[in-house]
Amino acid sequence: MAQHQVLSPLPGIFYRRPAPEKPPYKQDGDRVAEGDVIGLIEVMKQFTEVHADANGKIVRFLVDNEAAVEPGQPLLLIETA
Amino acid sequence: MFDKILVANRGEIAVRIIRAAKELGLRTVAVFSEADRESLAVRFADEAVCVGPPPAAKSYLNSDAIIAAARQTGAGAVHPGYGFLAENARFAEAVAAAGLAFVGPRPETIRTMGNKAAARDAARAAGVPIVPGSTGEVVDLAHALAVARHLGYPVMLKASAGGGGGGIRVAADEAELAHHFHTAQAEAAAAFGSGALYLERFLSRARHIEVQVLGDGERVVHLFERECSLQRRRQKIWEEAPSPAITEATRQALCASAVRLAERTAYRGAGTLEYLYDDSTGEFFFMEMNTRIQVEHPITELIAGIDLVREMILIAQGQPLALSQSKVEKRGAAIEVRINAEDPDRNFRPSPGRIGALTLPAGPGVRVDTMLYPGCAVPPYYDSLLAKIIVHAETRNLALARLRRALDEFQIEGVVTTTSLHKRLAHLAEVQAARFDTGFLERLLAA
Repeated sequence: MAQHQVLSPLPGIFYRRPAPEKPPYKQDGDRVAEGDVIGLIEVMKQFTEVHADANGKIVRFLVDNEAAVEPGQPLLLIETA
Repeated sequence: MFDKILVANRGEIAVRIIRAAKELGLRTVAVFSEADRESLAVRFADEAVCVGPPPAAKSYLNSDAIIAAARQTGAGAVHPGYGFLAENARFAEAVAAAGLAFVGPRPETIRTMGNKAAARDAARAAGVPIVPGSTGEVVDLAHALAVARHLGYPVMLKASAGGGGGGIRVAADEAELAHHFHTAQAEAAAAFGSGALYLERFLSRARHIEVQVLGDGERVVHLFERECSLQRRRQKIWEEAPSPAITEATRQALCASAVRLAERTAYRGAGTLEYLYDDSTGEFFFMEMNTRIQVEHPITELIAGIDLVREMILIAQGQPLALSQSKVEKRGAAIEVRINAEDPDRNFRPSPGRIGALTLPAGPGVRVDTMLYPGCAVPPYYDSLLAKIIVHAETRNLALARLRRALDEFQIEGVVTTTSLHKRLAHLAEVQAARFDTGFLERLLAA
């Protein structure tokens, strides 16, 4: 079983939801396709979407909602077929 | 009367407040997040307390941790700066409940003026012109459509609890209003905790002019106006004092209206009343009041020769205003430009990082408010303001020449900044002639 990590493209704060009262974009165990939004990163009050760069099933998120992240830090583990 | 003050903020404004407090002979306490351990504010303050991890929600917005830091260090007052907790009435109440002085207005003033519909009502009652709009909140779409028909399109939907340019939608006609209404309601509820909306006529080619006031809870004086029409996404980037666009008669009427409204709320502290000014008719309309120190306060300090932060602290110590209106005079012209860590060539993409070499402008009539030093970190967690370059000269033309000179001296490595945009603006014929409105910069960038 190949595994793939989605890395943070930017430094900032990682959010798993589009808004505080909305459900998360993705949950552990969900299917994910390349290009799907998996979270947001807030950098200096600007928000950037983070997209999955592989197809597969989400094993688990590697950082908490609202965690501070560095560029290149793994955010998500995907099991690719 | 307190002799130690805690600064509940970060960045350039924390440094600015520490400087004013030290000059008054006060001891200073900085609070900082784990990302700001090496900040200039921490270095300059007599004491510093870590209040949490980098995200602002867990540190600079953590009122319990901030009040605990004040108690632990024996501070007698809290200065909130701008942003973060500066206009949070509950924080102001909690500070008072802890037996500390809040450097700002009373909580009920923050609450009233922070609610846009209530602030408009207060303005109307004080006889201050307001942008034609709904009386109070619009309750549903049918109500909004009826009000809009009366006002005339385009109209602007605004969140009652909004601020800083958030929660605003423009509708050109009935269909757009119907389209935007429910999303605006949901957005307002999500962003500000209240879905309440109100409606205003949208003035498409207006200038943003604001009046600085200082009050001691009884008496209010104004320190003239600032013009902040150069904005991008409703964020000011270049400010001037005085406004190059209004006559002396308009200035007097505008400033008198601000004093009237602030006196009606028995205003205590520094505050700013924001207006829209219509060049074509010479009319001004009150928009909202900010119950705190503002980013662009230094241009007022330079033309009026008054230290606003010092005055705020003295007022919080219970001293009556020493200023009388007839003694407040303006001299010359001042311009401030905001140097942000954003790339103007890449749609203002944020540019956090670490500062390398740094040369700050100096010389006659130049002031730089900043937290930068060579080698300092610019964390990604907070807003992108790095420095304010502020110039003062006898005339606006001389101030512009001084600004161009100062921008040429400024050199910074390690992050990309908006300096190139300011150089462009400072050379532009329209800017030199002050022919601009709040949409000017976005039209320029789109061209």
